[in-house]
Amino acid sequence: MNLDLKANEIRQDIIKMLLEAGSGHSAGPLGMADVFTALYFGGVLNYDSKDPWKKDRDRVILSNGHICPVWYATLAHAGFFPYDLLLTLRKLGSGLQGHPHYRELPGVENTGGPLGQGLSQAIGQAMAAKMDGQDWRVYAMMSDGELDEGQTWEAIMFAGKNNLHNLTAIVDRNNIQIDGFTEDVMPLENLVDKWTAFNWSVIEINGHNMAEIIAAIEKAKTVFENPTVIIAHTIPGKGVDFMQWKPEWHGKPPKADEAKNALHQLRTLGGKIQSEHQ
Amino acid sequence: MTKSLNPKLFDKDVEMVPTRDGYGEGLVELGAGSQEIVVLTGDLKESTRVEEFAKKFPERFIECGVAEQNMMGIAAGLAAAGKIPFVSSYAVFSPGRNWDQLRVSVAYSGLNVKIAGAHTGVSVGPDGATHQALEDIAITRVLPNMTVVVPCDYWETKKATLAAAETNGPVYFRFTREKTPVITIPETPFKIGRAEVLWEANAQGETLCAAIVACGPLVYQALVAARELEKEEIGVTVVNNHSIKPMDVATIMRVARDCRAVVTVEEHQVMGGMGSAVAEILVKNYPVPMEMIGMQDTFGESGQPEELLEKYGMSVVKIKEAVKKVISRKRVI
Repeated sequence: MNLDLKANEIRQDIIKMLLEAGSGHSAGPLGMADVFTALYFGGVLNYDSKDPWKKDRDRVILSNGHICPVWYATLAHAGFFPYDLLLTLRKLGSGLQGHPHYRELPGVENTGGPLGQGLSQAIGQAMAAKMDGQDWRVYAMMSDGELDEGQTWEAIMFAGKNNLHNLTAIVDRNNIQIDGFTEDVMPLENLVDKWTAFNWSVIEINGHNMAEIIAAIEKAKTVFENPTVIIAHTIPGKGVDFMQWKPEWHGKPPKADEAKNALHQLRTLGGKIQSEHQ
Repeated sequence: MTKSLNPKLFDKDVEMVPTRDGYGEGLVELGAGSQEIVVLTGDLKESTRVEEFAKKFPERFIECGVAEQNMMGIAAGLAAAGKIPFVSSYAVFSPGRNWDQLRVSVAYSGLNVKIAGAHTGVSVGPDGATHQALEDIAITRVLPNMTVVVPCDYWETKKATLAAAETNGPVYFRFTREKTPVITIPETPFKIGRAEVLWEANAQGETLCAAIVACGPLVYQALVAARELEKEEIGVTVVNNHSIKPMDVATIMRVARDCRAVVTVEEHQVMGGMGSAVAEILVKNYPVPMEMIGMQDTFGESGQPEELLEKYGMSVVKIKEAVKKVISRKRVI
């Protein structure tokens, strides 16, 4: 499978979902499409979409729940639920809630949205696996903006204390949050030093390079001493030129003409491809 | 007086035991019976009485440090993985400080987390208002999926601990700090969702009759008040309404119909507490005059437990006054 192509399809679905929903977040989901694609299609995660709750599965916890369009689209592509459901995002009666709800859909392992809660949930899962002598791993998908929350540092401290080597956190370092750039709203740097000081192994990667993402996740599996955080540097709004690096695209969906433009850009890879297929 | 109460209840030397002791002993019993029981605390191992569990089952005891938000989130993760976690702290911190985590990570997900809130009520005493939880019933009962229980004594706390493990879904239950009278005996029935009538009025529906619906250790004061009022020929029914949610609507309705006047008694703000929950039931089904004993929209302060209960209107004397007042408000039909 061509992972870049899969990520591109997922980005197109994110645009279509947000257009149909008429509300939701654009920048974060587009920015994390490569990481989610690598996680579910890169051969690193133990799952069976036909047996979504099998006991030895790896657990994926999404802490910054607002980027759920990328999770939903990836899960649908991986066969967890019918693809057609994607366009029910945020609609009455849909399992695709505006922010993820625990087990509302196959593959959705946690409730997330109010920031800073996911890493603690992931720790609970990792502690349970250790108590039961199980080998499955836990992945906590996080944002950089949510590192403003005190709870995340309580959790980082706790995981470091307990040497939770079965836990991998992946931080979407896209440098934006609702009110602007992270370093203006509340400076986070030096993130590497901070996580290191709390007894975590830290790997920094280009969050748009499939080989780097997969290698980092595999490397984290080999670390026995402590938990690993992968700081994935990503471009918010990646793939759509008028959204990239724009904090104002954190929390709004595209309008019809903007969605048309975005889909055109994604289908032609920014004009590199002449013939556009729907 | 029903047979299933402590026979020494009204004696001067009635046994005094802190309710939290029942929690600690209940946990040890549960831990021996099931590998899935996990206990968490936030730097309050001794005073929440989880020390014995920690000694006996160190691999299933989790010290979270002074970090209650993370503790609640960890409990959610443990429950999602099939464990039955008991989150143990002071109620002002848990579910006080970590209410958002209780709401989002636990209650909305319907996860099987048990939250034990210690040091509730003004009777916490000298530590003062910061440490006296008076809002915990309100903030837990308002959450969908929650079960909320307020045991009245040591035995009932132990039973509530065991029952919480048997109840699927999030359960909150609260204790007090001080030693309080042992009201019940091991054989006293206890079931979440069922209130127990501990004292029946000797006259029903007549002018001089009222029902006291109480929860927590103040059930003792309610029983003492009922006994004293009987000597004044005022009939009082006392209900131990330990189950705040789900509440025993049938029993509340029955005593309201029998007595046509209700006094609620709790060591909690009257706004949003057990009394409010009783009022919600009665106003919809069978409105009768009500008086509410509890904290009247004020914070507590430092002092001795007895002094504080007296000052803030939760003494036997105040309960008796409330009974007389509610009876005076009865309409003669």
